[in-house]
Amino acid sequence: MTEMPGVKQNPIVQRLRAWDENAVAEVSEFRGELTIVLALTRLGRAAEYLRAEPGLQFDFLSDISAVDRFPSEPRFEVNYHLLSISLRQTVRLRVWVAGKDPVVASVMPVWPTANWHEREIFDLFGIRFEGHPDLHRILMPDDWEGHPLRKDYPVEGFRT
Amino acid sequence: MTTTVETAAGTTQTMVLNMGPQHPSTHGVLRVVLELDGETVVKARSEIGYLHTGIEKSCEALTYSQAITLTDRIDYLAPLSNNLGYCLAVEKLLGLEVPKRAQYIRVLLTELTRLNSHLVWLGTHAMDLGATSVMLYCFREREDILKIFEMVSGQRMMTSYFRIGGLALEPPPGWLERVRRFIDMFPSRLAEYENLLTRNRIFLMRTTGIGILEARDAVALGISGPTLRAAGVAYDVRKFFPYSGYEEFEFDVPTRTESDCYARYLVRVAEMRESLKIIRQAMGKIPPDGPIRADAPGIIPPQREQMKTEMEALIFHFKIFTEGFAPPPGEVYQRVESPRGEVGYFIVSDGSAKPYRVKVRAPSFVNLQALPKLAEGRLVADLIACIGTIDIVLGEVDR
Repeated sequence: MTEMPGVKQNPIVQRLRAWDENAVAEVSEFRGELTIVLALTRLGRAAEYLRAEPGLQFDFLSDISAVDRFPSEPRFEVNYHLLSISLRQTVRLRVWVAGKDPVVASVMPVWPTANWHEREIFDLFGIRFEGHPDLHRILMPDDWEGHPLRKDYPVEGFRT
Repeated sequence: MTTTVETAAGTTQTMVLNMGPQHPSTHGVLRVVLELDGETVVKARSEIGYLHTGIEKSCEALTYSQAITLTDRIDYLAPLSNNLGYCLAVEKLLGLEVPKRAQYIRVLLTELTRLNSHLVWLGTHAMDLGATSVMLYCFREREDILKIFEMVSGQRMMTSYFRIGGLALEPPPGWLERVRRFIDMFPSRLAEYENLLTRNRIFLMRTTGIGILEARDAVALGISGPTLRAAGVAYDVRKFFPYSGYEEFEFDVPTRTESDCYARYLVRVAEMRESLKIIRQAMGKIPPDGPIRADAPGIIPPQREQMKTEMEALIFHFKIFTEGFAPPPGEVYQRVESPRGEVGYFIVSDGSAKPYRVKVRAPSFVNLQALPKLAEGRLVADLIACIGTIDIVLGEVDR
């Protein structure tokens, strides 16, 4: 997706860039929804900034969703859907993660609700979340092999 | 899980007890691993996944229209709310405009769904706390709602009535009369439930001051729906980000500040009254005739009549049901307010006829995370009240 000139003027993007010019890797808009792609290394600090900064106040993390772009690289994207209850604004954050040993910093210190969302992604996609205190499978049995929502995992499962 | 608790009298061992997965008050197959010190809950850990059916994975193998049938099965007490969330997301992806008539019918039916779900909640919650008669009353009224669903969609529960771009069928003649009869009767029934519970001493003792979840914790834990509003945060998707014409309706968002089980009961009862208001307004707004599907050849199946007279319609019909339709590549996140809170559909399209990824933000899944906060340090009996007032549906927790 190409960066449109309009989204650069978006106040959320401008403030993020003013705070750290290397934080935002890419911005796009589709159907009125803003997506900010963050540099993977900046995620934890950017999350803290977005939650606490007056005028942004993204205090509510609705959802975390991973997408597997197999076989292209970087393979995984992790999307964070944020909402500011006091300012009634929303934004989607995204980080790209490599397919080999995928690791993302946990956002649990910023939004405790991330706990189960991250466990679910760990379970179904096999992405590890660094700093998560209790990272183990949540929906699948503990002795399950593989990560069912990956694209190289067949819908009907593996026959043994 | 063999932690010991130091007490003044010496060292005591705590006991680990499994509640569920087959336990009637967990309303499904929830397993709670409890660490008990006598009757007091020291630690409560939810184990979920017993109902995991891989709905998100299955969606990736179906066309956009076929996947609707799976959304019913996510939250089986509010199938229409999930139908709506999914359809709105796909419509946003396609850039489709739904006719007003279909929008109002959707609003009316999702509000009936809210009543339906709250009735089941009220009945089972009261039964958990020992008031069996409420359950019988609630299920009696719920039956009327299910009959309305059956009338319009042919199904009582797995309705799949909302389709991409509109509705599946023209509602039958006389259905609005049926709805009118129901909403004329319902306020007196609601008063009946309130008579049984609102000032009932046993119910009050079991719910007031129990399971407190402060606003700050609720927001941090991502709690939504009545559980959040009982803590004083007026977040309701219908007001914040109106969809399907909700901005044209007048209704209030009931909130309480006590944040306990009783406050959550009061919020849900008040919500039922607001739903009635919306249904009444919707009945006035629905035009007697007009299209119930968007005008988008190639995406919306043509009418049978057209297929018999127009070659093009026949071709479109064939193409829609053999290959489906392909939205442009991109992704959308659509929120709707289900009876349990914010339902979110995150749909990624790669430009093919099947969704590349469908992620369901299930309010029950997120809200269940609050359980340790509500129950730890309280009695086992209070845990039952707490599980009840979060109002989870295990189908939605596990998907």
